[in-house]
Amino acid sequence: AMEDVSAKFVSQKISRTRWRPPPAAALQPPDVFATGSWDNEDNRISLWSADDLGNVGLNGEYHGEPHLLCDIQHNGDVMDMQFLDQERIVVASSTGTVTIFRHHQNNQTLSANHRWERAHYHVDQDTPCGGAACTGVVCNNPEIVTVGEDGRINLFRADQKDAVRTIDNADSSTLHAVTFLRTTEILTVNSIGQLKIWDLRQQRNEPSQIFSLAGDRVPLHCVDRHPNQQHIVATGGQDGMLSIWDIRQGTMPVSLLNAHEAEMWEVHFHPSNPDHLFTCSEDGSLWHWDASTNVSEKPSFLHQGGRSTTYLSHNTINQSVVSAWLSNDPTKDRMEITNLIPNQTLSVNSLDVLGPCLVYGTDAEAIYVNRQLFA
Amino acid sequence: PTQVVPGADPSARQLCFAWGPAEVLVCETRFGRAALSRSRSRSRSRALTGSVADTGEGAPGSSRVFVVRRDQDIYIQTLRKLFNESHGIFMGLQRSEEELAGKSRKAQLVQVSKNYRSVIRACMEDMHQAAVSTRDPALQGQYSTQVSILSAMELIWNLCEILFVEAAAAGPLLLRLLDWVRLHVCDVDSMVREVLSSENPPKHKLFWNVVDVFVLQGRMDEARHLLSKEVTANPTSMNMYKILDDLMKKMPMPSLGNTQTLTELELKWQHWHEECQRFLQDGTFASNPHMESICKILVGDEDAILEKKELMTTWYHFLVTRLLYSHPTVKPMELRFYAQSSMDLFLGGESSPEPLDMILMAAFEFEMHQVIKECSIVLSNWWFVAHLTDLLDHCKLLQSHNLYFGSNMREFLLLEYASGLFSHHSLWQLGVDYFDHCPEFGRVYLELHIERIPLNTEQKALKVLRICEQRQMHEQVRSICKIMAMKALRNNRLGSALSWSIRAKDAAFATLISDRFLKDYCERGCFSDLDLIDNLGPSMLLSDRLTFLGKYREFHRLYGEKRFPEAARLLLTLMTAHIAPCSFWMTLLTDALPLLEQKEIIFSAEQTYELMRCLEDLTAGNADKQKFQEDDVETTKVEMLRLALARNLARVIVKEGTVEGS
Repeated sequence: AMEDVSAKFVSQKISRTRWRPPPAAALQPPDVFATGSWDNEDNRISLWSADDLGNVGLNGEYHGEPHLLCDIQHNGDVMDMQFLDQERIVVASSTGTVTIFRHHQNNQTLSANHRWERAHYHVDQDTPCGGAACTGVVCNNPEIVTVGEDGRINLFRADQKDAVRTIDNADSSTLHAVTFLRTTEILTVNSIGQLKIWDLRQQRNEPSQIFSLAGDRVPLHCVDRHPNQQHIVATGGQDGMLSIWDIRQGTMPVSLLNAHEAEMWEVHFHPSNPDHLFTCSEDGSLWHWDASTNVSEKPSFLHQGGRSTTYLSHNTINQSVVSAWLSNDPTKDRMEITNLIPNQTLSVNSLDVLGPCLVYGTDAEAIYVNRQLFA
Repeated sequence: PTQVVPGADPSARQLCFAWGPAEVLVCETRFGRAALSRSRSRSRSRALTGSVADTGEGAPGSSRVFVVRRDQDIYIQTLRKLFNESHGIFMGLQRSEEELAGKSRKAQLVQVSKNYRSVIRACMEDMHQAAVSTRDPALQGQYSTQVSILSAMELIWNLCEILFVEAAAAGPLLLRLLDWVRLHVCDVDSMVREVLSSENPPKHKLFWNVVDVFVLQGRMDEARHLLSKEVTANPTSMNMYKILDDLMKKMPMPSLGNTQTLTELELKWQHWHEECQRFLQDGTFASNPHMESICKILVGDEDAILEKKELMTTWYHFLVTRLLYSHPTVKPMELRFYAQSSMDLFLGGESSPEPLDMILMAAFEFEMHQVIKECSIVLSNWWFVAHLTDLLDHCKLLQSHNLYFGSNMREFLLLEYASGLFSHHSLWQLGVDYFDHCPEFGRVYLELHIERIPLNTEQKALKVLRICEQRQMHEQVRSICKIMAMKALRNNRLGSALSWSIRAKDAAFATLISDRFLKDYCERGCFSDLDLIDNLGPSMLLSDRLTFLGKYREFHRLYGEKRFPEAARLLLTLMTAHIAPCSFWMTLLTDALPLLEQKEIIFSAEQTYELMRCLEDLTAGNADKQKFQEDDVETTKVEMLRLALARNLARVIVKEGTVEGS
């Protein structure tokens, strides 16, 4: 509900928000998150505390809104961002540079730890810089994979100066996002509606599999993989459609779900509660998809603000694992969908979920934290 | 007001101007100053107010270009919160139900007004914090100025809310004005705090000042509480105190509910007033000048009130105090008389009214347009007037007023504000929604401004594109896609280029890109970007050339898969159905060569005839016949083809004859 959400206007358009992963085996909810800005003359990476009890304000009072821990200037728009570990954040820039920033927790400062200049670039470019925007980054410490407008895929290691592997012209269109499928395989989505699997062990500079939307090749902007069932993949497109893919079979999505009215910028399965999925969009909405009603056969209903959904499911043969996302029984195919932000007008560019906490950022220069997601 | 552009000297050199949608360029010309009419430097009143970015070097004689922005405050970092948060309120107001009936609609509008004010206040607090925490004195000065500007804005807005939005009636009107004064006259707050927190308030030298402040602001309970402390310290005045306390307690006040009529209040008040006067005339308080002066205030003695000028600090505080103790049931339309005389009395000819005084006066006179006009001139931003005017317009207060230029005042001001937003590196997105709510010229403004947004990443281009698509701005959609497609093409990103032209349904550009693909193929003998060409799908139909590209690639695939008859049929169709451009026929015919040379017969007699006709059409029909004869390679090719075709025909006639004969 809205009343659990605390907001802060930060005077910069927010392109990415990410929770800092809690230390292994820690049970408490996340308390620190990072944001990146875009389209400012001076873009920044900022770290915020969203703590309820611990980090109280200087005067000892609790403000109820996130407060700034530290920030640092960033060259170019922040296109994507991910925590490598507790202390390091990898940031993709519109200049094509990929930077690792380190958060020094003892004196609350940020510094650039390592930088790959022009990791993405255009060939035969007249302009001196020639960098191409790095659109996506994904980490599996120490490995870092980046993709960009130049259709290039880079594999870096946090501790190595040069790229471990580069696939030039991996895609003839713009690569919009990347995620790990398995430790050696990655998934990319591009601007002609394709989802590709790349096996980084193979020396071939070609994808091991190509999936594609039928009909109009609507560009795909984001991708996430089910945390437990690795064959289930969700993507979001330019038309706001949510596609669920079963990469074990077929070349087309298992289901297409009508969601947003404009570009879906991010899609995230809840990491520990994957029957829940979150999407945000240019149309200023943020949706919570709850498929748990699907399996538990609870009476299903649509929340206020939720729109009707179309479920164009294809036959799933040989369904060995029962997953709410692949279920194709039309009588049970009801999902509880809630729009978490009614009346927002400007784009929600990014969201992140961890434990009971949600953080998102908008073009209206505000960040929002909801600490009781399932309350 | 006129604004000096620092560094530009119109007396030394002639200046020239170029008007942009949000900025003015001023540059020095090569011409020295002649006796030129000054009219060239005249501009619209607000246009040259603004920050100046000097792009040239300061050397004398060098020509310089000045960028003069029209909305200075847009660039203040701390105000971005104001712009963003108020954008949300503005949008809420545009969406709000006009159908809501009288009372609830008014409540809704008052709430909107309060929301705007709370954003101003929040910004003020931030700015104040910033002023306190900075060590740079220049910056501190800047912040302090901003705090006072914001505070003036809130003061004006609050008064407009009471008089126009809520349109408080006689009775409640006074209560609202009292709240207004209490909220905004904060110069005395520190004194009040100091006295109240002192060990023994009655002994404090400012004790009576604080009591007076409370009385002047109508804060009776607080005044009585303080007085009770004084009497415990000084029991001799007990009697006097009891009478004064009783008078203060009994003072009739208007109520917000409908519990009493105005006449009832007036009767009660008259009665109370006379009682106060009686005590004053009796000389009850003669021995205590402090209590006597309080009683004089209670009976509305103007001189006694004016004596406390220092404690009121402003004429509008004086006005409200005067109303409280002389005319508590003042009607809105009577305000103007009291306001004017209060200002005259208070300033007493010593100082002349300042712009803020004139604005407040105009409000008390219910001259809404005057308020807006004065604010437009005085304030360094369009935010205030644009939002206030829009709110007043939603209150249906500005209906009749049309300007002699443009559309109405609301729209004019919103357009100015939104244009300012568009001149900002980041805030342009907010401007879009404001333009949307300007029915007459919003669209044209948006079209002009949106084309000037720099598209540095595809992501940003997509956002701009979405704005245009949602508003059916086809022209701009085409132009953005073309720009992005051209960029991609220059960077050799054919796939990206194609997806941009597919998005704009730009057939001509798709053709151009297809030709690039085909050219690459002819040069290198293999296709680039197969991932794209193999997956064109329905977008293949966007342009004939794209269709050909897709089909031609399909031929290669069939050939690669050794599905020769199908490949041959497709190849022939590409020519006979005129899918292939004539310039490409030679390549296609050359592609037919290996098929003709296969051990198996692939082209039927009929197909071979057709191929021959294609070849003859090409060589005979080609206007460039010369070229074929001069070009050795071409000639050889044609001869080889003729030979191959003839041999194939021979083989096929034999075969077909044999098959038919058997």
